[in-house]
Amino acid sequence: MNHQHHTNCQDTIQQLNAYLDDELDPQLCAQLEAHLESCTDCHIVYNTLKKTIQLCQSDGEEVALPADVRQRLLASLGLGEVDDTE
Amino acid sequence: MRKQAPNVEIDLSALQRKDKGAFARLVDAHSPQIYRLGLKMLGNEQDAEDVLQETFIKAYQNIESFEGRSKISTWLYRIALNESLMRLRKRTDAQVDLDAGIETDDGEIIPRQIVDWCCLPEKELMSHESRQAIQRAITALSDANRAAFLLRDVEGLSTREAAEVLEISESALKVRLMRARLKLRELLTEYFSERMPESTP
Repeated sequence: MNHQHHTNCQDTIQQLNAYLDDELDPQLCAQLEAHLESCTDCHIVYNTLKKTIQLCQSDGEEVALPADVRQRLLASLGLGEVDDTE
Repeated sequence: MRKQAPNVEIDLSALQRKDKGAFARLVDAHSPQIYRLGLKMLGNEQDAEDVLQETFIKAYQNIESFEGRSKISTWLYRIALNESLMRLRKRTDAQVDLDAGIETDDGEIIPRQIVDWCCLPEKELMSHESRQAIQRAITALSDANRAAFLLRDVEGLSTREAAEVLEISESALKVRLMRARLKLRELLTEYFSERMPESTP
């Protein structure tokens, strides 16, 4: 499927980030939402863009500091034996 | 929701006296985020660990120069990013226009992949293989755009904080973020559209 490259679509793509971050002027928001309602391609771009960000966030949340990495970090800083519970 | 560094009370004067207990608390409060940033910037565990150690060694050595005007997390992220960028510059596989493909000559970004893969089950979207694809897509961004994306969308910093870490304007940050997000969307759409039950024409 080819994304028809209308002026409205170009504007929408340029504004999607501000829209996703709640930084878009309310009037432009209404225009953008109206366009998303009527343009399937832009709606798909919006959905998949939002999902992309969400997946990268979820992926990041899965990253934990491994216990051995933490131990080596503390050792490299001379903090291996420090009681930090005070 | 995104994980941010816990709001641990930082005793700056104790840190500047090089109090080991205070420094250990700083390390424990911020090391998971710094490790994650290094891992996502550099794409492998060993480099992430090296960046983590270098970041806190430099923080310990230079804590007197931290004036407390910004959050200490901002300062630590900046040290970690500088370390990461230095390592990336040393890599031999020089970067060649990694963000190409979605931009026209006048810098306008045009989405090319139009497939709605959001309906795929969460299990598929977050499988081990998919997470590897996510990391490959993040690695495919230019260093500058990757840093902006990780700070804003993975670390959950505000636009102002992320711009402060990178020492760029907020508008420049927003441009980098937009390019990063659209490029990632393009790459993940390529990946997930092949996993749709019925291939979309």
